[in-house]
Amino acid sequence: MSADVELDHITVRFGNFTAVSDAHLRVEDGEFFSFLGPSGCGKTTILRTISGFLEPSEGDVRIGGRSMKGTGPNKRPTALIFQNLALFPLMSVADNITYGLRVRGISAAARRRKADELLELIALPGQGAKKVGELSGGQLQRVAIARALAVEPDVLLLDEPLSALDLKLRQHMRTELRTIQQRVGITFIYITHDQGEALTMSDRIAVMSNGIVQQIDKGATVYDNPATSFVASFVGENNPFFGQISRAEAEYVTTDTAVGPLVGRNTHRLKAGDKAIVFVRPEALVLGKGANGQANVIRGTVTNAEFEGPTVNLYLRVEGNREVTLLMPHSGGALPLAIGAAAEVSFDPQRAVVLPEGVLAGE
Amino acid sequence: MKFVRRNGIFVSAYLVLAVTIWVVFMIVLPQLYMVDFSFRLNLPLNEVGGPKDVYTFQNYRYLIFGRPTDEAMMNWLHLGVFFKTIVASICVTLLAFCLCYPLAYYMAQVAHGGRTRLLLLVLILPFWVNEILRAFAFRLLFASGGMINTALIGLGLTDQPIDFLRADVALYAGLSYAYLLLMMFPIYNAVESLDHNQIEAARDLGAPWWHIHLFVVMPYAKPGIAAGCTMVFMLSAGALAVPQILGGPSSLWFTQIIYDWFYQGGNWPQGSAYAFVLLIACILFVLLVMRLFKVGLGEIAR
Repeated sequence: MSADVELDHITVRFGNFTAVSDAHLRVEDGEFFSFLGPSGCGKTTILRTISGFLEPSEGDVRIGGRSMKGTGPNKRPTALIFQNLALFPLMSVADNITYGLRVRGISAAARRRKADELLELIALPGQGAKKVGELSGGQLQRVAIARALAVEPDVLLLDEPLSALDLKLRQHMRTELRTIQQRVGITFIYITHDQGEALTMSDRIAVMSNGIVQQIDKGATVYDNPATSFVASFVGENNPFFGQISRAEAEYVTTDTAVGPLVGRNTHRLKAGDKAIVFVRPEALVLGKGANGQANVIRGTVTNAEFEGPTVNLYLRVEGNREVTLLMPHSGGALPLAIGAAAEVSFDPQRAVVLPEGVLAGE
Repeated sequence: MKFVRRNGIFVSAYLVLAVTIWVVFMIVLPQLYMVDFSFRLNLPLNEVGGPKDVYTFQNYRYLIFGRPTDEAMMNWLHLGVFFKTIVASICVTLLAFCLCYPLAYYMAQVAHGGRTRLLLLVLILPFWVNEILRAFAFRLLFASGGMINTALIGLGLTDQPIDFLRADVALYAGLSYAYLLLMMFPIYNAVESLDHNQIEAARDLGAPWWHIHLFVVMPYAKPGIAAGCTMVFMLSAGALAVPQILGGPSSLWFTQIIYDWFYQGGNWPQGSAYAFVLLIACILFVLLVMRLFKVGLGEIAR
């Protein structure tokens, strides 16, 4: 059984501190939904509110249309996967998985069948008798998921489950989790600070900062059309250029910045005179004047070049003592520019977004 | 060897010497001496070392069979007291556990910093008072004209004062209270080291509170519980002051009989035999419990 989750104007306060401020959204039935944000943005608080460990100061959580007010975590149709997994160390893997069933009085034979079934699902067949200490991190991850799935929740809540794993394993588990979710078909609510995870796994992402949900959209939309300067700077790398709008048209605006006039998409209906930030992704910048003639050309000096495997990060110092990052695919040859050399970069206005002045991530 | 290298020969030698002296002279030798005593006869000083000084089981036989001139086949009086002491100590242990486990759990997992410290202080403070004085305080509390009876009569729950001392209620209360901390701390330590997330996970999976305690918390805290129960049992069985002060006229503690042998009867060998029997019984009981709950000695020591 799966269900949708509605957050109806949820506010959570701890004394004077507001952890979550008026979160109002709906997670669709069967969706893989992620809350993405830096530490302390309120995503864990939201998860604990949905799971029932916290009661909201205002607002209501509805699962499948039913209000969860006053319902404890043991009565809600949710299952929570903890960041540190919280598996029971004294029980075997199978006992861990079927703990929820044992609580419900299911017979030992039925429990064994269910354990075998779930062990197959998580690709650990026959490992039921092993002790928790005998498995690796990735395997324990899967056991935690199986334990939660055993009680057949309507909604599965995941609290940064991959943060303790190493890179390769994390990448592998991303695909695994998505596969499991699609196979089981229930709603997954996932919280993370890693945008790579959020972007690869989710149907939709909610970006949060300081308790406020900044944007809820598909991953590609959040990436290409950020709603606020926080989202633009938090999700992926982005180059901000501060300035004032000099010319505004329906689709594009020209902003006067320290590096010159830059043309970008006007997604927020800004007018001339507004203070704005032009955001250009590092991968949208190209060396040379490009096809745009004199518009959108930035001059600078190369300060650093980082080789990162498939890509090369080029750092330029530009007018206004700012640093601009360029992401270039590694062509197999030597780096195109030496450190200290002068360089010109440009970008297609279609790939730049102009947003109203606001707070950037990390400030 | 690493220890010697790191700390030098003098410190190591001192430690070895100190521990040896402590263990040998203060624990092992007195026990051996007592055991030796228990197999001898109670002879006046001038006959010690003489022909009458032989090793014999007589003292032990007395515990079981009593005097040859007695009517009954066995020494029911002393045997009865012995078994009653053991059974009562078990009851005291259970009572102490029932009191301490919720409190320890509350302090370890539920209460936050300041409240935990306050509770710890409240628990430890009375123990700055001498054990005997505490026992007397309980005697005053439970007496016919004492606070508890006054409160009960005042509230209208009863019209005659209840004789708590005769009913052994005061004794059980006093013994449980005396060793409360010894049960508290091992359980507190064990429960505190339990990851709180596990309790939340169990709750999230639908477990009611009693299930969580029975299947998640207590198995984890088993070594701590075993340590606490062991200590409370052994100290209760071997307690002297509290039973003397809080025991009713019909309750006699085995240790009181031992005390009488030494001080009233002047029969040290007999007393030693009784003491040794008590020691063996306690050790056997503890080993049995350890086997039953599948707890190893190393785990308890932790």
